[in-house]
Amino acid sequence: MRARLASSTATLSQAPAFPRLLSALESPDSVVDLEAHLAHWGALPLRSARSTLLDELDSSGLRGHGGAWFPVGKKWRGIRDGSRRPVVVANGSESEPASRKDAFLLTHSPHLVLDGASLAAATLDAHRVVVFVPLRHVDCVSRCIQARNRSGIDPVKIEVIAAADAYLSGQETAVVHALNDGAAVPTFVGLQSIRERGVRGRPTLVQNVESLAHVAMISRYGGQWFRSVGTADSLGTMLVTITGRRAEPVVVEAPLGVAFRDLLHLATEDTHRYWGALLGGYGGGWLPLSLILEGNLSEEWARQQNSSLGAGVIALLPRSCCPLAEVARVVRYMEQQGAGQCGPCRFGLADIAGHLELLAFRPDSFSGRFPPILELCNLIDGRGACRHPDGVARFVRTALTVFQDDVDRHFRRGPCDAVNRPAYLPTPSPNGWSR
Amino acid sequence: MEARRVSVQGARVNGASLPRWRLTLVVDPTSCDGRGVCAELFPERVTMDRWGYPIIDDEEIPLVLSDHARRAVAACPRLALHLVERRR
Repeated sequence: MRARLASSTATLSQAPAFPRLLSALESPDSVVDLEAHLAHWGALPLRSARSTLLDELDSSGLRGHGGAWFPVGKKWRGIRDGSRRPVVVANGSESEPASRKDAFLLTHSPHLVLDGASLAAATLDAHRVVVFVPLRHVDCVSRCIQARNRSGIDPVKIEVIAAADAYLSGQETAVVHALNDGAAVPTFVGLQSIRERGVRGRPTLVQNVESLAHVAMISRYGGQWFRSVGTADSLGTMLVTITGRRAEPVVVEAPLGVAFRDLLHLATEDTHRYWGALLGGYGGGWLPLSLILEGNLSEEWARQQNSSLGAGVIALLPRSCCPLAEVARVVRYMEQQGAGQCGPCRFGLADIAGHLELLAFRPDSFSGRFPPILELCNLIDGRGACRHPDGVARFVRTALTVFQDDVDRHFRRGPCDAVNRPAYLPTPSPNGWSR
Repeated sequence: MEARRVSVQGARVNGASLPRWRLTLVVDPTSCDGRGVCAELFPERVTMDRWGYPIIDDEEIPLVLSDHARRAVAACPRLALHLVERRR
């Protein structure tokens, strides 16, 4: 015990203050190879993983950064207590079009993710470890694994499997379905979650790559170090993708609890430049800029505003855009990206997208009766096998509130001048499964 | 929330006699085709939305209605409807 304490203080003195995840990057463009990684972070503490990592994860307060915000320690304990040796999946599929943070991490600091996957495998005595990433990252991650194998770092073989470029491919039951040789579409889990019965019937951990990178740091510096930054319920740091402040989206690591005003370099007069901001992703919620200026980067604050930090997307919408046209395009994209398995989602999203398109581009077609968009949102909420319809419902509800002036203008006086401007929010052309 | 599936033929009596469990219905939306049999057989807990898909009322099914619930589950042509007991 004394020896462990001594060694943990020795490493604590080398712990990065801020940034954390990105502290090994010498410049925003640098790539941390295995040699630089080991020099910066030290060896992978696999031995302590088996004995103390679960306790450290509990005390760290780390929650999943893929969007669900579920406590990581609790999730791992549930899987460890399963009846069979589990499967560990590092989920880097990042199908949110406005998110770049997982790609950034996999490109610039891939070994932190692989460390986390290895630690999960050691802690949970995994049967199989898979890194699930889009095809464009497969080569890079495979080369990293080969380098690690030459040094004999990982206790288990790590596989790399390509994720489809589709919005739902990263949803956890879709990941399991894909690894079970099915299509990457969600499945109805009913009473038994994939944590009990996932890939090939084994308990399955599907954990976002950024969460695993945080685990890699917690294994080295401990849970108390991790929670030295953050708010009561949102601890540590977080990678966020900011759209709207520069020409291109930027990925930054932010301490949780930071004021949006500081994070986004916003001032009160910026309310004239932006309509508002989308938090979380296309399943998240819109907030007016006046509210963003008062808020801070924490999940508890975001939930109070009917939104969520989700996968760390913060997209500011400039006043030069027509918000209704943007929302209509995103909802049509989400409708096309649906798996088409559940009736209420399939028909509901199509109806909502249709109403929004008419409201944006042909508002005279309603002959004075406002379309039942909110009723449709309430009707589909919670009625899918996954949370795709719930996310769209939240996106649309908050949009109708935050952009109420623009909605009224369209409905009463016809489309605004900005309606035919090029799309601002990204909606990649659908290339997933065909219906 | 802890929950367990109940077989339609199950001899065990449901939640009404098991004070810590309550009997409800669950639909698997990926299997459901909106045939409408459940809403016809068990209107006490199942209604149809505008597209013909069932909306399940999560309220507990009392003993007097449990036979009707079982009949609706057994009659679903897509085997999409399930009886479950949830821990109170």
